[in-house]
Amino acid sequence: MRALAIQLDELTKRFSPDGPPAVDRLSLAIPGGSIVALIGPSGCGKTTTLRMINRLVEPTSGRIEIGGVDVTHRPVAELRRDIGYVIQQVGLFPHRTVAQNIATVPKTLGWSSSRTNERIDELAALVGLEPEMLDRYPDELSGGQQQRVGVARALAADPPVLLMDEPFGAVDPIVRARLQDELLALQERLHKTIVLVTHDIDEALKLADAIALINVGGVLEQYATPDELLRAPANEFVEQFVGEDRGVKRLALSTVGQLPFDQGPVVPVDAEPAVARAVMAEYRSDWVGLVEHSRFTGWVPGTLVRDDVLLAELPRYPPAGRVTPASTLRNAMEVIMNSNSSVAVIDKDGLFGGVVTLESIRAELGLSEASAPTGPPE
Amino acid sequence: MSASGRNPIIRWDYVVDQSDEILAALWQHLELTLLSVAVGLAVSAPLAALALRHSWTTSAITGFTGFLYTLPSVALFALLVPLFGLTRVSTIIPLASYTLLILVTNIIAGFRSVPESVVDAANGMGLTPARRVLSVQLPLAMPSIITGIRIATVSTVGLLTVAAIIGQGGLGRLILDGLRRAFWTPMTVGALLSILLALVLDAVILWLGRVATPWVRKAPS
Repeated sequence: MRALAIQLDELTKRFSPDGPPAVDRLSLAIPGGSIVALIGPSGCGKTTTLRMINRLVEPTSGRIEIGGVDVTHRPVAELRRDIGYVIQQVGLFPHRTVAQNIATVPKTLGWSSSRTNERIDELAALVGLEPEMLDRYPDELSGGQQQRVGVARALAADPPVLLMDEPFGAVDPIVRARLQDELLALQERLHKTIVLVTHDIDEALKLADAIALINVGGVLEQYATPDELLRAPANEFVEQFVGEDRGVKRLALSTVGQLPFDQGPVVPVDAEPAVARAVMAEYRSDWVGLVEHSRFTGWVPGTLVRDDVLLAELPRYPPAGRVTPASTLRNAMEVIMNSNSSVAVIDKDGLFGGVVTLESIRAELGLSEASAPTGPPE
Repeated sequence: MSASGRNPIIRWDYVVDQSDEILAALWQHLELTLLSVAVGLAVSAPLAALALRHSWTTSAITGFTGFLYTLPSVALFALLVPLFGLTRVSTIIPLASYTLLILVTNIIAGFRSVPESVVDAANGMGLTPARRVLSVQLPLAMPSIITGIRIATVSTVGLLTVAAIIGQGGLGRLILDGLRRAFWTPMTVGALLSILLALVLDAVILWLGRVATPWVRKAPS
């Protein structure tokens, strides 16, 4: 299934002819195969915008194209069968079993029952539903299970586009986090074009490839990647919306692998003791790390380094903190804090991959922060 | 001669003697009841649909059906005889009219009880309006509609006895016959069978409704 891009062009919606617009000349390019979050305070028109994409709300003016085709050029029922739709209240049919709910669109499309049943089993496995759930009625399921059924039902006919309106808003935080992780894993495999409405900035930062921050009256304030939104908020509204702790939030977005390589106070095991001392001085470190056959083998206390003893003969202490290139900077910071040192060793598939320090994390954030407008220090 | 001896509450020899006539009256009672409720449903459905579709018509429609409900049944039967004679039509029109208030109200309530999110999801998945109404909203409105049909049926069984005054009325004819002759047995038989019929019909419709809405029992209350 090819991923279809969605293009919103000068989209405007007024619910009454002389009232203020709910959505005001909104233009947005949503790349195929990406997750884009529409976020903003209540009354910003994010849900209205979403509902215009599958024409549950008809725009007052402007255009929406999916895969280059104007949505108004297609019969509305047919259009909607190509667009998965997931809502917060799930909206499962209470009089139909879970299996019948999932089969809604395939049935409308006239699939054979064998093909439909095969698809139901496939989807149940995909979204993590026990097979015995399939014959139950929705009211017999937990909130998290219902939402999984909602996602399975939306994906039933393998639509290229998925619209999600606060899909995880009605479940508790633990289930929500798990459903979010599952959605990301699902997207790894399916590459749908997903438009997600949320009011939760952390959800948007976690799930979205790009975030459209919309203000009351349907005005687009900024459309950017999560990192850019945190690093360079376009204006005060964006800055306030993403929160005071945007530096900390960015830690969760960047990975250790994105940092410039830092050798740290680490030398080969056969290096001269003088070299080790020089490196320790350079890094103002009381310890020196030793690498043997490209593997990090441990830390040696600086006080033990003497010119007449080979480094290899000194006692080594295993590294307290280890991270991988895929670890987020936030993980790395936690590891460093918990290890009671100021450095974590990067383990790159078993090989030494440099070190990460609090200084390098701060430098990474500070470096990008410098280009962003900053408020007065408090 | 002793009245209590000759005229007890029920004389079984009379019941046996007249069993054909009693069964015919019971059968007519059932037939007229079902016909009246069916006609009532056929008229209620479009009225309820109109009220649901254009909410400004709702108060006019419930007002009109409420007005019909207040008309005295004897007067209504008498009024229709010059038009339709002593026929089933003169019987069914008033009885069907009385069912409208409860049926229209319950159909509207049933459809309004369908969660908005369910309708939204149905639309979002590309169900056509007709399919959405028939396969989603109507089934979910059924419990309320069934309740309406039960109340309408039970009250029609009772009201129908009054139609005996225009020569219809099934079991009502037995009651009227007993009244005219000051003879207890037909009155007792007519009244008891009418009550029994109401109870049986109520139970049957309740059971049919349960079978038609299996999801309702399974849901935790």
